[in-house]
Amino acid sequence: MQNHPVYTDNDPQNENSTLNLGPTHPATHGVFQNVLQLDGERIVSGVSTIGYIHRAFEKIAEHRPFYQITPLTDRLNYCSSPINNMGWHMTVEKLLGITTPKRVDYLRVIVMELARISDHIICNGVLGVDTGAFTGFLYMMEHREAIYEIYEEVCGSRLTTNIGRIGGFERNFNAIAFNKLRKFLKDFPPVLKEFESLFNRNRIFVDRTRGVAAVTAEDALNFSWSGPLLRAAGVDYDVRAMEPYSSYEDFDFEVPVGDNGDVYSRFLVRNEEMKQSLRIIEQALVKLEKEPTDIFHADVPEFYLPPKEEVYNNMEALIYHFKIVMGEIPTPNTEVYHAVEGANGELGFYLVNDGGRSPYRLHFRRPSFINYQMYAPMSKGMLLSDAIINMSSLNVIAGELDA
Amino acid sequence: MGKITNEELLKSINTKFEGQVTVVGEPYGLLTLETSTDKIIDILSYLKTDPTLQFIYLTDITAVHYPEQEKSIGIIYHIHSLVNNVRIRIKVFIDGNNCHIPTATTLWEGANWMERETYDFFGVLFDGHPDLRRILNVDDMTAFPMRKEFPLEDPNRVDKKDYFFGR
Repeated sequence: MQNHPVYTDNDPQNENSTLNLGPTHPATHGVFQNVLQLDGERIVSGVSTIGYIHRAFEKIAEHRPFYQITPLTDRLNYCSSPINNMGWHMTVEKLLGITTPKRVDYLRVIVMELARISDHIICNGVLGVDTGAFTGFLYMMEHREAIYEIYEEVCGSRLTTNIGRIGGFERNFNAIAFNKLRKFLKDFPPVLKEFESLFNRNRIFVDRTRGVAAVTAEDALNFSWSGPLLRAAGVDYDVRAMEPYSSYEDFDFEVPVGDNGDVYSRFLVRNEEMKQSLRIIEQALVKLEKEPTDIFHADVPEFYLPPKEEVYNNMEALIYHFKIVMGEIPTPNTEVYHAVEGANGELGFYLVNDGGRSPYRLHFRRPSFINYQMYAPMSKGMLLSDAIINMSSLNVIAGELDA
Repeated sequence: MGKITNEELLKSINTKFEGQVTVVGEPYGLLTLETSTDKIIDILSYLKTDPTLQFIYLTDITAVHYPEQEKSIGIIYHIHSLVNNVRIRIKVFIDGNNCHIPTATTLWEGANWMERETYDFFGVLFDGHPDLRRILNVDDMTAFPMRKEFPLEDPNRVDKKDYFFGR
């Protein structure tokens, strides 16, 4: 065991106390360990140890055909798995040169924006819990459940969704899904408004968060921050606006930007993003009315699994089914980088392909991993209780951090 | 969509670093260059500080292992000019038995963990890195698991010999 931070602190000269915050501390919401040197309640220095739930997804992905990698992406940021799923599908589609029909794009946008809302519900709700207000969290949590029920209608599962396939969706959205979606769009905005009025001008909340862990735009860029954290620091970088994918260019939405990158700005930016997401979903529903209702995948039989009844009764479908499952369809020998705006930043997929059935190399650019590295340096001089709030507002998801 | 096209970008780099970069291609519109370990930091710092290019954002550092090549480890840098909205990919190939490359932490603090991750999985030694330790794997691991020779599963297992399905 070399230089493990837990074991090196036997220096008799050291007057600070050592605190192992994590890996299973109830205040850290996930498997994070930080070994902190405390002078009273102030943090003198800290070392982050990560990797407690590392599952070698990049290595596993080198041995899986493309369509079997989707369940791995579920388990990165498991608070918004559909965004990861869609990001992966779009990466493969970009590699294979598949263009998806507009209806598929809009359905994907709906699912991705729902995922963004559910992720922000957790993050902002938990931020409230950590500052001592449980009410807001419970109000919002009910609507995360509503989102999960929509996922359930669309794909059958809730948390690790494995939603969609390369080329589109595995089945069409049914009427129940749309009804639930409309109900959500009606029920959620008043709750969000109430949530905001609980916090935005709440003396206790503002005192706890305003000016805490403020980050300048320069620092945020220097540490390659992305997503709401970077935008809270005042940089209007949003992949959806800069490099639109899945027809985001058809939608009218704003990229909310904060002023000083503190915990309070991050909270406000996330709330505003939820409103923008609702706006996008409403526009998508309007756009869907003009699209044919029976299209839910691209016409690419060589990559999209045929329906089971056709496999048994139709020669061509059987051949394609076999070829897809055995990975016998040639793919381009090239490399591709595709980024999507995940709920906590730029989620990138760097895929090197050698023409085989599985990637030669797949690298996930995981926003949580890159955002989290500033945590220990920025905690210096901070109060312990502020550091806890800071961690909640970074929205680091352990699955994505450790891959 | 970007204000700078790949041709202009390439011209700008070529005037500064004549003969020291080679173009690998433009897969899916992303200009990909290859350079050497001596020049990589100069190029990155030129791209970052040049007032018109402004590649201020380091998206990612990672590596790819090609065991059949003489220089078997490729280090891949993705950088992004947020001002011009254009990305560029730069590759450096190094010897897999003696992997040394200068660190990019001098340019971006954010390179710290990305390089630690690359070290952890490929054994690439980033010279000048302030804290080059393993990050996701356990500290006392000796192998570099993302290299191709490292097996996914224990090769001595007899219950999973399932050749048909690519295991």
